[in-house]
This record gives sequence, structure tokens and C-alpha cells, in this order.
Amino acid sequence: MLNKIYDWVDERLDITPLWRDIADHEVPEHVNPAHHFSAFVYCFGGLTFFVTVIQILSGMFLTMYYVPDIKNAWESVYYLQNHVAFGQIVRGMHHWGASLVIVMMFLHTLRVFFQGAYKKPRELNWVVGVLIFFVMLALGLTGYLLPWDMKALFATKVTMQIIESVPFIGEYLKILIAGSADIVGAQTITRFFAIHVFFLPAALFALMAAHFVMIRKQGISGPL
Amino acid sequence: MHRGKGMKFVGDSRVSAERKPNIPKDYSEYPGKTEAFWPNFLLKEWMIGAVFLIGFLCLTIAHVPPLEKIADPSDTAYIPLPDWYFLFLYQLLKYTYASGPFNIVGALIIPGLAFGALLLAPFIDRGPERRPSKRPLATGFMLLAVAGITYLTWESVANHDWEAAANQGKIVAEVDIDTEAEGYKILEANTCLSCHGGDLTGGAGSPALIDTGLTPDEIKDVVTNGRGAMPAGLFSGSDEEFDKLAEFISGLTSK
Repeated sequence: MLNKIYDWVDERLDITPLWRDIADHEVPEHVNPAHHFSAFVYCFGGLTFFVTVIQILSGMFLTMYYVPDIKNAWESVYYLQNHVAFGQIVRGMHHWGASLVIVMMFLHTLRVFFQGAYKKPRELNWVVGVLIFFVMLALGLTGYLLPWDMKALFATKVTMQIIESVPFIGEYLKILIAGSADIVGAQTITRFFAIHVFFLPAALFALMAAHFVMIRKQGISGPL
Repeated sequence: MHRGKGMKFVGDSRVSAERKPNIPKDYSEYPGKTEAFWPNFLLKEWMIGAVFLIGFLCLTIAHVPPLEKIADPSDTAYIPLPDWYFLFLYQLLKYTYASGPFNIVGALIIPGLAFGALLLAPFIDRGPERRPSKRPLATGFMLLAVAGITYLTWESVANHDWEAAANQGKIVAEVDIDTEAEGYKILEANTCLSCHGGDLTGGAGSPALIDTGLTPDEIKDVVTNGRGAMPAGLFSGSDEEFDKLAEFISGLTSK
């Protein structure tokens, strides 16, 4: 039955080459922990992706309750955490996942760095990877404000002071991000929400796609 | 690939009528113990992922994600703290030559150089050698950076007053306080409110007076002898007023 559906679609769209490109590639011995246990260091990149998927899914569920507004943001998070079935687990996954993604990405970066895997011809993939690192840090920074509790507000005020201290463009940058020259408030929370939920994930998806296309094209770096 | 004359298409589309077989490549001729990704290796990855997910879910069950009280911009005594992975930057900005007039050094130049070097690593470390021991500069700088980040994070954690931090953001149950009550007036007269707040929900370094769970006698003991940051002997009224005050605080409970 499934085969028949597959054949029906394949006849019309010729999906076999696409499927073979995605699924059919080799895993060399030196990256396979089944043959060399020390190859577990090659898992960090995949686990980063896994936690990212958890972040996307849990984040999608969080937006079902979250209200980006100074009056209701905190109330909605409080309600989600204390009154919604499994709300605490979903928020917990997003909260701890944010830390875990940084940890995994850091380990992945160190693995690639110390193995010199960024050398020719893989320079571009390293640059894209570091850009992903920056996007992740920005996601952490913007997500920290969203519960609108005390630490969110005051940490963001500090962030704004740092941004303001950038020479020449600091003040404009701050107004762009916070929505106001001197208030971290209603405008800031809607902007951070939009950045956290639309702008940065869009950038993240594009960069991750480039990251994966490049590694599939070039293959994983050889043994040391 | 078949080209040119004799090509057949599906209907009027550009899809070739010739079907390609959907068979995996043969990896037996590849060097070493090369394995097919689909489905052999993916299954193993899946199992690692499952174990990882179980560990992760245990973490989310064991540790409730923190939520402090709703943001109150008027609380000027609040000591801010970023998420743990920004602590090294936060700590860096506390040093003399990285803050104040040198703020630009700590906020832009040092992080800019570090992250810029990370971004451009392949163009700085251009030699063909890949082993860490064969490229001592790259390895050395990275170890230095990791050591620096670890040290700064450690210092930041060690210097932070975690007890005060836990108190300053605590969610306090709201209670309708009768500000006309005699007990409240006595609190007002003895400067209690300047630290514990007009709504008695506490502040930085001072706990809330709601839901203390203390008996009147215990409260009198705290007021007389002091506790933590609270000095002894702040109360200056009569014994009768002291009793009323203790009763009043003891009776402040949320539903």
C-alpha cells in the first residue's frame, strides 16, 4: 500500500533521486561510536540539532498560551506553569533546553576546532556554524526577557546599557531594539517577542540549511 | 543520464518517464567499516537520542523552571543577573579596565576580538596541519579562551549573593492589608516599612512579612535581637504596642 503510494508520487514527481540524496550516504568508520568509542565526540553536532528541534516544538506550544504584553506576559507564564496540564514540563523543556543547546553547541565547536576540521575546503561551513552560534546566543538573550519577571527586566536593562555604549550607533541601536530611548517596557517586549519568534528562527533555519547542505556536499572530515 | 533524442516524459511534464531504482549504494568496497546512514546508522543515532531525551525529561521534572515575581521597574535595589552563559561577559564588565571610562574595552574590544577570531579561525590558522599538537598557536589561544571564560564565570558565581538573589525576586502572595489597623500604624511608626515595603512584600535583602509562619513570640525575638541584615533593637515603642505588632505580623497570611 505504502509502496503503491510512493510509486504513484514517484511517477509524477521523480522523488527517488531526492530521497537518495537525503538518506543515502556513508558513515565512515572513524565517526562511528560503534567501532571507536571515542567517536562519541561526533555526536555533539547531532545532539545540538536534536535539542534545537525540542526548542522549536516546545516553543510552538508555549506560544499557545504566552501573551507578549507587559500586563499579561507574566500572568500567562504563571498560568501556564501552575494551572495548565504539563505546562511546567513544556516550559521546563524550553528553559533547560536553551541552556543545553548552548552546552552542546560549545562542545561541537570545540570538537571541530581541536580537530582542525574547519580547514580547507570547509572554511565556509565553519563561518556559517559560528553565525549559528551568534544566532543562538541572541535567541537566549531575547528569550530571557519574555517571562517579564524581575530578572528578565533588570538583565535586559543591563543589556540595553551595553548596547547603548557602542560608539556612534549605540543610541540608535538601542532605540531599534528596545523601541524607546529610555524605557524597557511594552514596546521592548513586543519587539523581543518578534525577534525571538520570527526574525531569529528564520535566520537560524537558513543558516542550518546551509550548514547541512555543505556537510552533505563535502562529506565529514577525515580521521586525524 | 540519458540525454537528447528518445527521452520520454510523464505527460507534458519535464519528469522523465524512466524510473530509477530505489536501492542503497553498496558500501562494502568503501574503506574500513563504512556503514550506510539509512537505516543502519540512523537507528543507532535514534537510540542515543532516546537515551538523551529521557535524561533531559528527568531534568525538566526534577527542576521546575524558575519564575520570579512580575517585573517591577520601581525596585531600584534589584541586583540583575544574566543567564549563566553570559556570566563571563557580565563579570568582565566589572573590572576596572573594562568598565566605566574603559567600558568600550570590556563591552566591545575584548569580546569583538575573541568572537571575531573565532569567526575567522579558518583564515587565521591556514596551515595544512590538523592535529592540535601540530598547531600550537591555535590550540593555545583556544585553551586560553576556554580557561578565561571558565574563570570569569566561576568568579561571577562566587561573587554573587545567591541568598539575596533568591529573596529579591521571590513571588509573594498578595494580601489585602488594612493600613488603618493599629498594628500597621505601629509598623509605620517604627520604620519597618522602609525596608519591608508599604505592602509588606519585602525587597532586596529584606523578607516579606506575609506568611512568615512565625508565632508572635518568635517575631518579638527577631525584632529584639535582629536577624541577618536586620539590626537588633529597632523597636522603640511600649511593650503593649510590641505585642500588637507581633500579633499583627503573625496574623498576615494569604489564602
